[in-house]
This record gives sequence, structure tokens and C-alpha cells, in this order.
Amino acid sequence: MCKHTVIELSVRNHPGVMSHICGLFARRAYNVEGIACMPVNGGGTSKIWLLVDADRRLDQMIKQVDKLQDVLDVERYDGGHEVFTKMSEFVQ
Amino acid sequence: MKMTGAEIIINLLERQGIETIAGIPGGANLPLYDALGRSGIRHILTRHEQGAGFIAQGIARVSGRPAVFFATSGPGATNTLTAIADAKLDSIPIICITGQVPLSMIGTDAFQEVDTYGLSVPITKYNFLVRSAEDLLDIIPAAFRIAASGRPGPVVIDVPKDVQTAEVEFDEWPELGVREPGTELIPNQVKRAAAMINRAEKPILYLGGGVIQSGSADFARELAEKGGIPAAMTLMGLGIMPSGHPLNIGMLGMHAARYTNMALEECDLLVAVGVRFDDRATGKVPEFCPKAKIVHMDIDPSELDKIKTANASVTGDVADSLRALLPLVEEKARTEWKAGIQALREAHPMIVPEADDPASPYGVILKAAELAGRDAVVCTDVGQHQMRTAQVYPFSAPRSWLTSGGLGTMGFGMPAALGASLAAPDRPVLCFTGDGSIMMNIQDLATAMEYDIPIKIILTNNNALGLVRQQQDLFYGKRYTASEYSRSVDFLKIAEGFGIKTHDLGTSDDPARTLAEALAEPGPSLIHVPVGVEEAVYPMVPPGAANSEMIGGEKHV
Repeated sequence: MCKHTVIELSVRNHPGVMSHICGLFARRAYNVEGIACMPVNGGGTSKIWLLVDADRRLDQMIKQVDKLQDVLDVERYDGGHEVFTKMSEFVQ
Repeated sequence: MKMTGAEIIINLLERQGIETIAGIPGGANLPLYDALGRSGIRHILTRHEQGAGFIAQGIARVSGRPAVFFATSGPGATNTLTAIADAKLDSIPIICITGQVPLSMIGTDAFQEVDTYGLSVPITKYNFLVRSAEDLLDIIPAAFRIAASGRPGPVVIDVPKDVQTAEVEFDEWPELGVREPGTELIPNQVKRAAAMINRAEKPILYLGGGVIQSGSADFARELAEKGGIPAAMTLMGLGIMPSGHPLNIGMLGMHAARYTNMALEECDLLVAVGVRFDDRATGKVPEFCPKAKIVHMDIDPSELDKIKTANASVTGDVADSLRALLPLVEEKARTEWKAGIQALREAHPMIVPEADDPASPYGVILKAAELAGRDAVVCTDVGQHQMRTAQVYPFSAPRSWLTSGGLGTMGFGMPAALGASLAAPDRPVLCFTGDGSIMMNIQDLATAMEYDIPIKIILTNNNALGLVRQQQDLFYGKRYTASEYSRSVDFLKIAEGFGIKTHDLGTSDDPARTLAEALAEPGPSLIHVPVGVEEAVYPMVPPGAANSEMIGGEKHV
């Protein structure tokens, strides 16, 4: 089984952002296992957390995500993230 | 000020310095065309939206500035997609403004409705679906800024019809959208790269389209000269080093001269500048430059370590990187290495069959180059004629070579040549094409005729998809499935029907003179050159093989 990692993105909040990000992963056949998204600062920006496989393409994926115009910041949590720990309770 | 969305768009385009827009009107962009008609911008009405896209590309590639084209919703928008994808792969700043059905009708399968935003996501650098006329004041400058900044690329702006007609009150015009300065260099990266160059005994420069995009061909040449470093170019990089320059070792990769690929086999350092290690350049990646360490300089961090892991990389606009690198590079003659390359060049030169026959596949390119002069802009379609032109055309300057490199789009050449001529009306514009390629956008011969755009189309006709057939010849047991046309069309009559002057080197008593007359006459011309279907482009590296495994192109003694 693949080790998972979590990418946390700060993005501009508008209707096309999710499609840009998910499309990027889908086109490269890179599976996204989990997604969480919440608006911050009154909705001008959002935070998106992606739970993804930590395979050898991940560095390139992160560079590609970082290149998207609407992505303001990218952080990587190799040890996982609380968001998904809590969300996983809903699917137990 | 009070204006409609359409008027805001046109005014902002004028303020950005846009002088020419190609496109086709339709129901969903009529307000935009109404405003365009009342402006000083020249409109070029094409016969297909893909042609409009390639005209914009021709303008952008020659000028280095973003160019704009228009299409309506639905089929208008879908017809633009190939030209946009082409611009994405070659990093060309074009802005496509499409009409869309009114906001309230989006998602209802309205007449000529298609999800332009969704369709253009993977083939643009960025795209917009405009939701209010007021937003245009931000979106239009942003589109120019995004298209031109960093690694350039195409932008789509989808504008619903009611956004075009809505009136907005506003106080002042926004700032123009211009290229942002590159991110600051990391001095240690530059130092490390310089140290590797200074230590290398057998370095080679590997120069690509990024050098042209950043306007740093002079810096690249200076680096080559100061360090005594031979330079190979990618298809997109041709023109960086002038032909005949002693350090120019030509194009590398699938159709390189033998000595070029052999030199790369030997080098101990590959200095890759504004390149992306495309498979047509590298061949089988693990065997590309097997003895070399790699310095990679690029503006796009995602290109670094993507295909080959670099021993030193420099992130930044390559103009900045080269400028910073130059004083740190020691002046060296590298006499032994240059002599080694010269020996390779003499033993394994580029073989040009029938170079002296102006009615032959290579000879017509050389003759046309001689007649057109150093100032010419050279466009091609995709196929054998493209590779031949890349191999032998004596390029002398950057931004004079327009070819579809990454996407390899047949049909690119003729409309791109129209754009080139519109952007540089005082320069001769040649378009080398084949019978397969020209058919893919032949309708825009009408555009050439209507606006009397003096492009010179040199059509080498083998009545086949030559490069496909060549692969079948070499790798598919000579089974020529679907690559040869069983009957032929009369291109002279077709061109005549479009009102284009025609010349046939196949029936001419003096092909050189006929070609000279064609290039000298005013207006657009088509020069027909019948060529043999058996004539292949050599050398050729089989797809997927290492660049050392070249077929053909040997020197016979």
C-alpha cells in the first residue's frame, strides 16, 4: 500500500479553482484520495487539503500545482493532517 | 465613464496596443464585433477559427507580444482549441476572446452553447468565464499579464453575450497588463552553474525556445564564445546561433545531423538553457548525453528535474540567468574539444541530397533562402518539409522561425505565415508546407487573397503523408496503410480558385528563375514543387530509441 501525504493549498476562491486543481491530478492519472475545502478570510481565499499517494511523481505534481495562477501557497504534510483524521470518522 | 462590456474590451485592447485581431463573428459575440467596428483595430476575417488562432500565433511569435483573436460560442470556440493547445505547448502568448450564451442560459444546452471554460482548462495557462461587465476591467489586463509573464502561454476569456451588452459606470481605466519581472535569482545557483561550466572540458550548450522568448539569444552566443562552448539548438531554438557560426552545431535530436548527436554523446557537461528535454530532442532519456553532468536553467521550476535530474539548476528568466552567469564564466578556448567536434563534423556532416537542384525537396529550401535573404521570416507546417527546413535553412536571427514544435500541428504554417506578415509587413515571409498539411487549413488562402498578404507558400507535394509513410517504411514493414493518397488534387487550380498566383517548378524550364519571380512578385503566391514519395528525411532516430541509433544520412566516400 502506498504511503499517503497531505497537500494544503491556499487558493483564490472562485468557481473554477477546484476544476483546475482536480483536472491537473486527473490528467496525470494521479489519484486524489480525499479532498476538503473551506473558505477563509470572508471567502476571498480558500484552503484546500488534498490527501494523495506519496509516489515518486509527487514533487513534480506539487510544482505543477504551485504553477496554477489561483494557487497562492502550497504546503506539504508528510505526516498526515488532522482534517482527514477527523473526516475519516464519518466513513467508519 | 459609462460603457458596455463590449466597448470596455475593445478599449482595453486598444490601450494594450493591439492593432490587428483575427476572428469570425457569430451570434454570441456580435456586441463585441459591433464595438470592434467602431474602433481603430484592424480585423482580419478568417474562414475558420483555427486559422484566426494561428494568425494570432504568427503575430505573437514574430513580435514577442501577446496577440488576440476572436471566436463566437459553441463551434466557434471548439474550432479554436487546436490553435490554443499548440500555443500552450510552445509557450506562445495569445489571448482568445470567445462569445458565450447569456449568463442565465449557461448550462441549459442553449443554441451554440459549449463549456468553453471547461474545454480550455487543460490547454491554457489560465482561463476566465466573465460573470459581470465590471470584472472586465480586471480580467483584460490580467489576461495580458498572465499571457506574457513567466513562461508565456495562452489565455481564454469567455464572455457571455449579456456581459458584453451590460453597461458599467467607472471612473478610470485600469493599469495595462504587462510582463512581470522574473523572480530574483539565487546567487548560489548561478555560482554553482558557473563553477561546473568552468570545470568542464567538453561542455555543450543545449539552447531552446526559452532563450528566444526571453530575448537572450545575444547572451547565449556570448556565453558560447566566451567559454568556447559549442551550441546545439532544439527545433524551437533555431535562430539563436546564426548559421555558419563556428560554434553552431545545429539542431539536436530525431532529425539532427549525425555529428550533432555524436558530439552530445561525448560531452561531459550539458548546459541546458530554456529547454524542456522534449523526447524528440533527447531520444531515449537514460541514454541522452550519457557522460554528461547537467546544468539546467529555466524560468519554469516545474521543468527542472522533470525529465532529467540536473546537477545544478538555475530558476529564473534565462535572460537574467545568462546575464548573471556571463561574468562568472572563464574565458576559455577549449581548442581540443572544438577540434574534436570539427573532426566529427567533417566525418559525419549533414548530408543534403540534391542541394543544387531548386526543384528538389532540399534544393528548393536552400534556393528560397538565398532569394529571400537574411531578413525573411520562415514558417512551416508539420512533416518532412518541416524537418528538412529545420535541418538546412540558414537561420540568422531569433523570432524568424515559426514552427509548431510541441503539438506538431499540421495546418499551422499558412495562417501563422499570414500573422507573421501582418506583424512584419516589410519582411519577406516564406511558408514551407506539404500537400498533407496545407489541406488542414487551406480555406485561409481566401484570407491571404482578400487582404493581399504577401506570403510565399512553397508546397512540396508527394501526394502522401510523407513522414508517416517514412515511419511505415522503416518500422512497419513497408505497409503504407492510409499514408498515400490514391488520387491527387490539383493544387494549382485550387490556389487559382482562391485568387492566389501560382507557379509550378515541376513544369518550369528554369525552376530557379520561376522561384525568383514568384518570390519577387507582389501579393501571395503558391509555388508547387512535385517531389518523390520515396524521398525520406535522414538521419532519423527511431521513436523511443537512443539518439546514437541514427538511421541514414551517412557520408559516402
